[in-house]
Amino acid sequence: MDGSGNAAFVAFERVQKSYDGETLVVKDLNLSMPKGEFLTMLGPSGSGKTTCLMMLAGFETATHGEIKLDGQSINNIPPHKRGIGMVFQNYALFPHMTVAENLSFPLEVRKISKSDREAKVKRALDMVQMGEFGNRRPAQLSGGQQQRIALARALVFEPELVLMDEPLGALDKQLREHMQFEITRLAHNLGITTVYVTHDQTEALTMSDRVAVFDDGRIQQLAPPDKLYEEPDNSFVAQFIGENNTLLGKVEEISGETCKVRLDSGELIVAKPVNVSEVGERTRVSIRPERVEMNMERLQDGAFTLKAEVLEFIYMGDIYRTRLRVAGHEDFVVKTRNAPDQPRLKPGERIEIGWLPEDCRALDS
Amino acid sequence: MSDQTASGRPESPQSPVAALPGGEVTERDQDGPMLAADGRPLKSSLARALRREKLRALALIAPLLVFIFISFVLPIADMLFRSVQNDIVADTLPRTVVALANDPLEEEGVPSESTFAQFYTDLYIAEEYKEHTRLGSRLNYEMSGISSLFRGTGRAVGRFDTDIYADQFEAADPAFEDPAAWADWMADDDIRAALPLTTDAYDAWAGIAVELDEDNPAEEDPEDIVYTSLYRDLANGAAPPAPFPQVDVSGFESVSIRELFIEEDEDWADPEVWETIRAYSSRYTSGYFLNAADMQTTPEGVELRPENERVYMTLFVRTLWMSLVITFSCILLAYPISFLLATLPARHANLLMILVLLPFWTSLLVRTSAWKVLLQNEGVINDILVWIGIVSDTNRLALINNATGTIIAMTHILLPFMILPLYSVMKTIPPSYMRAARSLGAKDWTAFWRVWFPLSVPGIGAGSILVFIMSIGYYITPEIVGGTRGVFISNRIAYHISTSLNWGLAAALGTILLVVVLALYWVYDRLVGIDNVKLG
Ligand SMILES: Nc1ncnc2c1ncn2[C@@H]1O[C@H](COP(=O)(O)OP(=O)(O)OP(=O)(O)O)[C@@H](O)[C@H]1O
Ligand SMILES: [Mg+2]
Repeated sequence: MDGSGNAAFVAFERVQKSYDGETLVVKDLNLSMPKGEFLTMLGPSGSGKTTCLMMLAGFETATHGEIKLDGQSINNIPPHKRGIGMVFQNYALFPHMTVAENLSFPLEVRKISKSDREAKVKRALDMVQMGEFGNRRPAQLSGGQQQRIALARALVFEPELVLMDEPLGALDKQLREHMQFEITRLAHNLGITTVYVTHDQTEALTMSDRVAVFDDGRIQQLAPPDKLYEEPDNSFVAQFIGENNTLLGKVEEISGETCKVRLDSGELIVAKPVNVSEVGERTRVSIRPERVEMNMERLQDGAFTLKAEVLEFIYMGDIYRTRLRVAGHEDFVVKTRNAPDQPRLKPGERIEIGWLPEDCRALDS
Repeated sequence: MSDQTASGRPESPQSPVAALPGGEVTERDQDGPMLAADGRPLKSSLARALRREKLRALALIAPLLVFIFISFVLPIADMLFRSVQNDIVADTLPRTVVALANDPLEEEGVPSESTFAQFYTDLYIAEEYKEHTRLGSRLNYEMSGISSLFRGTGRAVGRFDTDIYADQFEAADPAFEDPAAWADWMADDDIRAALPLTTDAYDAWAGIAVELDEDNPAEEDPEDIVYTSLYRDLANGAAPPAPFPQVDVSGFESVSIRELFIEEDEDWADPEVWETIRAYSSRYTSGYFLNAADMQTTPEGVELRPENERVYMTLFVRTLWMSLVITFSCILLAYPISFLLATLPARHANLLMILVLLPFWTSLLVRTSAWKVLLQNEGVINDILVWIGIVSDTNRLALINNATGTIIAMTHILLPFMILPLYSVMKTIPPSYMRAARSLGAKDWTAFWRVWFPLSVPGIGAGSILVFIMSIGYYITPEIVGGTRGVFISNRIAYHISTSLNWGLAAALGTILLVVVLALYWVYDRLVGIDNVKLG
């Protein structure tokens, strides 16, 4: 599922962007999306997500490189001719027009006849279940309703590509979850290619076909959500997506699919080498809290184990969250399912922990 | 808890009770209003609490409010009040006003002898107090020539041949020669009641003696007005009781005061003079307003002045029209500038802003005078146009001392007042609207015209109101560059305030201007809606 090659609908090729001529905000961006894909750009603030979106929409020009839409370079096509639907973070609904006028605006500028316009506006409003709100002004709508109108407006002229820049940022959690569902449903039903920007990782993981994790102007990893979570390519992605335990050490031996890492505290563990290639290299070993095993019976024979001391035990309903001191790190977290056979630990208890070698990834440091 | 509260309110023992966390209790009668903890209706409790807050807030600003009221509202109200105030005739000629009101003016519109006699008394007193000239100039606004009539007759009135009465009375009874006797008589209520005209004249004369000459009336011979009045009282059949000397005046030689006046100046026989005095004798007048609206009172009623005399109407129309033109030129010039201000990067925008604000740091007079230099016949602009060859040397443009000059200079001076509100409104339009419009397929111009422009209209509204209202009352610039054809109504008001001293007319013009502005404001509110105006 790499989406490269001729099938690419949207393609960034070696794109760079600088605003001030001194620093690159986007550094060497390569990305290709097949038609119909829902791709999310995820990354910390200032990592260049909006900039990428704006370059695609035509409001910023790439300093270097090419952006292609459906095989054609769009570097020199003005925004209004790109036919890209866009949902802005603050919705950007025109306050002086009613909802229906807002929706019919893109149709009017496309010189679509009045009757067609009305039909399309009605269809778009129904699509987002806002059929009765045509005569209201945006200011008379709630945040979620405005959001839906913005979505309907971006879709009403049937664009093949829709860009959304943190469209749910202003909504409360419940509404946000509802809208996440609604947006993905619409995007899939209509077969639209979507580029979605967020810095909420849950949103990214639940909605997308693929997620592009941005940092420092580069895509750190581009992968489907499950792969991103379970097989992070580097320590930034491992840290950024989900909760993560890291242990620092040095590679001692690499043999194919496994490697041995000597932790700074002296213990030896087995890990899966991801981006370490040489013996003696420093590494950051990453284990997901829910992949840490405290029940030794479940571990394979010969698995490496570590001694740990319980520092904190938090009951969270569905799970237990235990903070441990492991190999000199005090922020090692283990999550265990709340099951009848699961012991409730007390601070000060000493236990042993272990994991499967493939869950423990040796990454760059 | 419930029992406790219920027992406190025996009239509704079963009222449901809700306890508030603070231990206070709110209850509601079965179907009565919500009650507060002390049993009063919640609504009135709330109103009381709010009122206390409001009063406290009011007390905080009270000193300022009083200051504004005294230094701002009162003077304006006083000034506006002058437009209908007309005390001077009633104050200066009180007796004449009463007499005129009862005088049928049978003899070709000229008052009767008795009215003239009252007028004689009035004018005599006014002359002593030197008030007849003020009255004359006031009435001169309504009828030219009255001023000199009053001045001239005022000088002569002391020399009227009424001294024959004094001589005849003194000859009839020597008691009249004694000022002290006069003082005694005039202290006697019965005598006063019997001789109303005499009493009135004597009191006025005594007042003059005390106030102006610092004399004791009991030591001075009464003036002719007193004897004239006495003659008229007695001729009317008055019978003053003793100790007033019994004098029979039927044999006295008499003079007609009416004739004396007409002899002095035949204009006193002009019915128009008396019509004017009568018309302006009430304490309130619509005269100033009629005048300000280019109307006049004629015997047939109120009518417009002849076309060539309609000064104020022309000025009002010109003021409104030119203010409109100035407002529109301000919009035209300010819009692009504000657009640049709002959209340029901060560094350039700040520079531009300084240029916009620069005029505020320069004196208004300097700026206006600079326009004189630029616009005059041999001025910079004409020179450049001639040099380029657009106009010939013999045919230089008349850019100053006319409406053009006023419009150019005022547009420049009022421009910042259009730019600032426009800018602050434009600044609040998020750039994402334009982007949204373009991403939806609108060309730059369409996006601007359909999205950006409508959102900036409230700024135009605010700026227009500001500029229009300021320009309608502008004075200094039209005065300097407007010549005669480019002056505004305010220049006329200023003229009446400081030169012709016709404050009543100035106040009437000002009131009309105020009403026009308020009416326009109302129309504007109706058409555009004042809610659609914002200053940012
Ligand atoms: N118009 C601009 N001029 C100069 N620098 C800019 C401009 N817009 C963005 N930048 C810079 O480019 C970098 C990337 O900005 P961008 O808006 O793309 O970040 P982002 O990933 O969208 O962040 P966020 O999640 O906070 O929206 C930031 O460092 C920002 O300061
Ligand atoms: Mg952004």
